[in-house]
Amino acid sequence: MRARDSIVTMLAALSIVASARATSAQEVDFSGEWVPLYHEDAPERLPGPELGDYTGIPVNDAARLRADSYDADRISVVPEYQCRQHGADYSMRGLANLRVTRELDPLTQRPIAFHTRIGFHDMERTIYLDGRPHPPAEASHSWQGFSTGVWEGNMLTITTTHLKENYLRRNGLPASSKRTFTEHWLRHGEFLTVVTVINDPVFLTEPLVRSQSWYLDPGQRMGSNPCEYAVEVPVGDNAVPHHLPGTNPWLREFAEYYGLPYDAARGGAQTMYPEYRSKMGQPAAIQENCTRFCNCTTLVDCGLRGPLIPAGPPPPRP
Amino acid sequence: MTCRYVFALAIAAAMSFELPSRAQTPSSVRVLEVRPNIHMLSGAGGNITVQTGKQGVLLVDDASSDQAPRALEEIRRRWTMPIKYVINTSADLDHAGGNAAIAATGASGGGPGGANRAVAIGTAQGMTILSHERVLNRLNAGAVPQGGLPTSTYDQPSKDFSLNGEAIIVYHTRAAHTDGDSIVMFRASDVVSAGDVFTPDRYPSIDVKRGGSVQGVIDGLNLILSLTVPEAFQEGGTKVIPGHGRLSDESDVVEYRDMVWIVRDRIADLIKKRMTLAQVKAARPTRDYDAEYESTAVSADAFVEAVFASLGGARK
Repeated sequence: MRARDSIVTMLAALSIVASARATSAQEVDFSGEWVPLYHEDAPERLPGPELGDYTGIPVNDAARLRADSYDADRISVVPEYQCRQHGADYSMRGLANLRVTRELDPLTQRPIAFHTRIGFHDMERTIYLDGRPHPPAEASHSWQGFSTGVWEGNMLTITTTHLKENYLRRNGLPASSKRTFTEHWLRHGEFLTVVTVINDPVFLTEPLVRSQSWYLDPGQRMGSNPCEYAVEVPVGDNAVPHHLPGTNPWLREFAEYYGLPYDAARGGAQTMYPEYRSKMGQPAAIQENCTRFCNCTTLVDCGLRGPLIPAGPPPPRP
Repeated sequence: MTCRYVFALAIAAAMSFELPSRAQTPSSVRVLEVRPNIHMLSGAGGNITVQTGKQGVLLVDDASSDQAPRALEEIRRRWTMPIKYVINTSADLDHAGGNAAIAATGASGGGPGGANRAVAIGTAQGMTILSHERVLNRLNAGAVPQGGLPTSTYDQPSKDFSLNGEAIIVYHTRAAHTDGDSIVMFRASDVVSAGDVFTPDRYPSIDVKRGGSVQGVIDGLNLILSLTVPEAFQEGGTKVIPGHGRLSDESDVVEYRDMVWIVRDRIADLIKKRMTLAQVKAARPTRDYDAEYESTAVSADAFVEAVFASLGGARK
C-alpha cells in the first residue's frame, strides 16, 4: 500500500512538472485586426514579381523549368485557376489584411486554436493548439493546409502540412504539394512578425526563410471577397497555355532591365546570401535614376511611379 | 491519502486528454471518411471506394488478390451489410484482383450475424460485379479464376443505376489508361471514383498495348473536371477518389491534367523535330515533374515511352 502510494505520488509530481512545463509558456494573444506592412519585399508582394525573377529563392532546376514554362494566360484560359486562394505559406505575404481570433476551451479557458482570416479570396485558416495529430498522408490537401501550433516561450511555432500545389512567387515559381512549412509568430505590442520557413523537397535545395510584419489596426473593417470564375477565352478544354522548353521570350527581360547577370536572375541557394553580390560579376549597366518600383511601399506608389512595362517592342521569340 | 489519489488521478486524467489519439486498425489498410456514406480504403493495392446504405455495400475496385483478405477484414469490421456491388474500373489486378475473394462472401456479406458462404456469381443471389465489356474480356483471357469475373458489363459510353437511394453513373473513358477504364460518379454524394485515369501520386500508367493513350488520359481527366464542382475558391465540393494516391478535388485534377498536357506537348514537339525515342528520353521532357510523380510503379521513362508510342513516334 505504501509503495503504491509512493508511485501514485511520484506520478502526480511528474504530471505537475509536465503540466507546469506546458503552461510555462506565455500564451500571447494574437487576436485582433492587423494591417500588413510592406517594408520587406514590396515590389515582389505589391505589383507582383517580374517574369524570370527567381533571385533569392533556393530553387532547383526543376523549379526553374516549371517557372520558365509558366504562361500567365493560364489564368485566363483555364477557368479553374481563376479563384484559387494563395497557399497558406504565401497568403501572409499577400495584399490583404488579416484578422486573428482566439478560441478558448470553455472549461479551462486555455487557448485551443487561433483562426485567421485574410481578405483576399476569404482565406480562412485554423491553427490548432490542442495537440491533435496531423491527418494521414492519404487525406485531402487544401490551400491553407492543416496547421498545429506549440508555444516556445512567448513565440507560437506553427507546423503546416497537407498543402495544395501553389507558388513560391506569382511568376510561376512553383511550390509542390509535398512541401511543409514552419511559422514563428511573435508579437511586440502593436506589431506582429511572422517568420516562415518553407521546406519543399521537390523544388527547393534549402529551406526558404521569409518574414512579414503587421500592425494592429483596431478600426479595420474587412469585407467579403467572393470569387466566381468566368470563361474569358472560349477554348473549352482545349488549351493549357505554357511555353515549351527554351521558347519563353520573357525570361531575360528582368535581368536585362536591371543590368543583372542572367545567372543571378535564375536564383538558387547561393543568391540568398549577401556574399553572392561579390561573386555574381559586375552588372551590365547601372541606371542613373530609378524608373521602376521606386519608393514602392503601397499599391499606389508601386503602380504609378515609373513605367511598369519598358517602352519598345517585345523581344523576339527565340 | 484519499486526496492524494484523487489529485493524482485528476491530473493523470487531464494529461491523458491532451494526448493525441489515433484510430488503430488491425491491418495497414487505412480508412478515410469521404462522406458519411462513402469511405476510401487505401493500403491494399489500388484505392477502394466503399459506398454504404440500407441496401448494402458497393465497392469500386477491390484490391489485389493477396491484399483482398485484409481489405475484406477491414470492410467486415466496419460494415455489416452485404456486399451487393463491385465495380471494376479496369482489368488491372491491383483493382480487380480481389473479385474472387469478394464474390466468395456472396451477398450475405459475411459480417457479424451473416453467413460467410460462397455463391455462384452471376446468379440471382444478389451480388453483381460490373465492368466495361473489355475488362471482362481481358480478365477472361487472363489467369483470373471463374469466380473473379465480372457478372455484368456495359459497352455504351455510360451506364447508370441506383443503390442505397443514390444515382450512380459509370462512364467509359475510351483509350485512357487502357481501353476499358471506367469512372464512377456518386451523384447525391458528389463523389467521383476515378480509377487509374487519375493517380496523383504517380505518372499515369498508359498501357498502349491494351488500348491506352495519352490523349485518352487527358480526355478522361477532362471528363472528371466536367463532373466536379468546387465548393469555393477552387477547393472542396466534389471529392475525387483516385486509383492511387490521396483524396483529391477539382484543383488537384487540374494540376494533374496540366502536367500530362504539358508533357504531351513537349514530347509531340520533340517528335516533330524527328527525334527518336532514345533522343526524347535523353531530352528528359519530364525532368521538372519527376520529383513529384516518378514512382516505382511508373518510372519517368515508362511514362515518356507510353506518350511517345501513343503519339506515333518512330522508335528509331
